Amino acid sequence: MRVNFTVNGRPQEADDVWEGESLLYVLRERLGLPGSKNACEQGECGSCTVRLDGVPVCSCLVAAGQVEGREVVTVEGLADYAGQRSCGTGDRTSPSGTARDTDSQTGEGTRLAPIQQAFIDAGAVQCGFCTPGLLVAADEMLERNPDPTDADIREALSGNLCRCTGYEKIMDAVRLAAARQSEGA
Amino acid sequence: MDFLRPASWEEALAAKAEHPTAVPIAGGTDVMVEINFDHRRPEYLMDLNRVGDLFEWEVGAESVRLGASVPYTRIMENLRAELPGLALASHTVASPQIRNRGGVGGNLGTASPAGDAHPALLAAGAEVEVESVRGSRRIPIDEFYTGVKRNALAADELIRAVHVRKADGPQQFSKVGTRNAMVIAVCAFGLALHPQTRTVRTGIGSAAPTPVRAKVAEEFLNAALEEGGFWDNGKIVTPSVAQRFADLCSAACNPIDDVRGTASYRRHAVGVMARRTLTWTWESYRGARRITEGAA
Repeated sequence: MRVNFTVNGRPQEADDVWEGESLLYVLRERLGLPGSKNACEQGECGSCTVRLDGVPVCSCLVAAGQVEGREVVTVEGLADYAGQRSCGTGDRTSPSGTARDTDSQTGEGTRLAPIQQAFIDAGAVQCGFCTPGLLVAADEMLERNPDPTDADIREALSGNLCRCTGYEKIMDAVRLAAARQSEGA
Repeated sequence: MDFLRPASWEEALAAKAEHPTAVPIAGGTDVMVEINFDHRRPEYLMDLNRVGDLFEWEVGAESVRLGASVPYTRIMENLRAELPGLALASHTVASPQIRNRGGVGGNLGTASPAGDAHPALLAAGAEVEVESVRGSRRIPIDEFYTGVKRNALAADELIRAVHVRKADGPQQFSKVGTRNAMVIAVCAFGLALHPQTRTVRTGIGSAAPTPVRAKVAEEFLNAALEEGGFWDNGKIVTPSVAQRFADLCSAACNPIDDVRGTASYRRHAVGVMARRTLTWTWESYRGARRITEGAA
């Protein structure tokens, strides 16, 4: 079957989609967006977290056909998404990856969302596999709750497993992003 | 596999009548796991996300009509006063991502003995509104669960809503697991005080082939509370009464040994949760009584 939906602000069409296929598979294997990671395929790990019409969901548990006509934001579109939020405009003048001189292999020069920069600055990335899901989940929490307590952060990220960091640096990163966000506000 | 995409409830009923083997999918948090792991290859998958009224709820005089697809997140946020037990249970479901997608309709459809909503529904009192092209009916929650992952639905029926009685007293939910998030219950317990009828109702999860009420325990407690005049005098529940209640709740279990826990642990833990939830709710009832009566 064919599925039409919007990914990171761009209309997309996926063809020859198997009816039992997940949104995660469509994103990774058909649309060339491997940012969302495939680990548990049962909603346990959160590494495939994306926004579906703004709501954080595990893309491995959304059937491809269910996203027809809907809007998905993946980690690849997070910088734009967060940028639009802070500018308060729907204007899309500099899609990520084309704004400046960027290196598609290393990501050098790519604009980052504040939460992404905070993860780098706080050393919250080790193997990196859980990072995309954590970024999407953390960014959504900061949108909803600009001044989170530690308990709020823990709850918001409770569906995202990290097996490297012990979570402390991730907590630091989210606190840092929240602090920078409130300074900028 | 065919993907059916009804745009309305009527279309969904017609599709289910035409294809009784069609597997309904809403939040997908159960169905997609089975498909991803190749445990299930349904001939037809029927997406219910386009049926908008399944995401709505109405608060009536006696009960809340909760659409089958209302996500747990909405229940936690909006129905804490009317359905405190279910709101507490909803908050223990998996993770934010799962709670944003999953709802009570799916919990009832899957009818797993470990489903988090079941103890709360049993304790509050509920009816499941199901419908087919043949008509609509309401199944009392006590008659809904018929076996391990089996329910009273006919092949052509779909779950439209669940009517949950509004709380007339304190309710609690307790669940045993290895951590706070992403936990399938080792066992769970729901308890609701119903001061209007002077009754207590219970629900046990994951400690029998189906979710069950501890009816003998309820009858014992109802009689003991009545006899001691507890509803009126607001005294603390006698420890021996609480212990007997807990023992009878343990006795209502029919658990198995599995990877999550042994049968004897489950029996023990249900007793502990029964005693605790009784204490919590009764303390809250006594507190509310003191406030209403203005006593020092």
